[in-house]
Amino acid sequence: MEVGQMQRRLMDYTKSLFMEGFLDGQFLQLQQLQDESNPDFVVEVVSLFFDDSEKLLNDLTMALDQPNVDFKKVDAHVHQLKGSSSSIGAQRVKNACIAFRNFCEEQNTEACLRCLQQVKQEYYLAKNKLESLFRLEQQIVAAGGSVPIMEMGF
Amino acid sequence: MGMAAESQFHVLAVDDSIIDRKLIERLLKTSSYQVTTVDSGSKALKFLGLHEDGATNPNTSSVSPNNHQEVEVNLVITDYCMPGMTGYDLLKKIKESSSLKNIPVVIMSSENVPSRISRCLEEGAEEFFLKPVRLSDLNKLGPHMLKTKFKDHNQKREKQEEKAAFQSPKRQEQEEQHQHQQQLLQQQSNNNKRKDIEEGLSPERTRPRYSGITAAV
Repeated sequence: MEVGQMQRRLMDYTKSLFMEGFLDGQFLQLQQLQDESNPDFVVEVVSLFFDDSEKLLNDLTMALDQPNVDFKKVDAHVHQLKGSSSSIGAQRVKNACIAFRNFCEEQNTEACLRCLQQVKQEYYLAKNKLESLFRLEQQIVAAGGSVPIMEMGF
Repeated sequence: MGMAAESQFHVLAVDDSIIDRKLIERLLKTSSYQVTTVDSGSKALKFLGLHEDGATNPNTSSVSPNNHQEVEVNLVITDYCMPGMTGYDLLKKIKESSSLKNIPVVIMSSENVPSRISRCLEEGAEEFFLKPVRLSDLNKLGPHMLKTKFKDHNQKREKQEEKAAFQSPKRQEQEEQHQHQQQLLQQQSNNNKRKDIEEGLSPERTRPRYSGITAAV
């Protein structure tokens, strides 16, 4: 595949992620902060998000597995995950966290467990999509091309 | 050269989230500010040369209030929700400190809580940004830092003039006149600041910023 085709494929893929709600405008903000002096900024931030989120999901699993669930702690973890997903533009993960927090307030263990499942699902989906996106970018760069800048035109 | 280094503003960013620290650092550097990031309020106070109990670091210079920190900080931008010392606690400690109270403080929060916002503004925060913070938000920082630089500059010149005061009577008279002028300028800028604070609770300040895409929770 030649560079032009790859670039178009990347653009279409990125567009679909926005259309399907996986990503929101904040992700574009991240891309705009990337330049020649910080060429890997987006990958770096998103990698931090992956590490942080997986730790939080583990903590959440353990916290909800306790005989006496500490809902304050659970809420604190979800709050953190909500914040970081919002910061990178992972919209569906963020929304799943918002729903989760409502059940923390109600101190409803069953519902929280369901929410945790939902958040995990959304997280792994987002991770998958973002990794695919980064792979496409890498391919373009490896072929000597440059990564096109996303416009908000759609 | 020397001038360029002096005119660059230095911002201290405080956030317990590593993602948000990376983000705010990049935002600030893109806006041409020098940045230091710390992950807690207590580390922020240490960096500013203040211990949690309010005592200042005995090792730092006591020539002028502005030299208490090793590096001059022109603005503190802090997250609100942090374990231990919240951004609000940090704001209070800075405003209660005689050496630090003139440093402008900006609060960031992912939660849009009007009572929280007004509490912070009343405690002396210059701005309240909703997260995620954007480049356009940072454009509001410049004026706050400029105001302080101008004030600091005047204070430094006054100190220099005091030192030089042990001179001939004629020279002394000239110095006094100059000092008087400086004081007038200082008073004027203080008056403006007071006016700003009185007018401060304008719609622009208290109306939370909506990102337009995400819904407020």
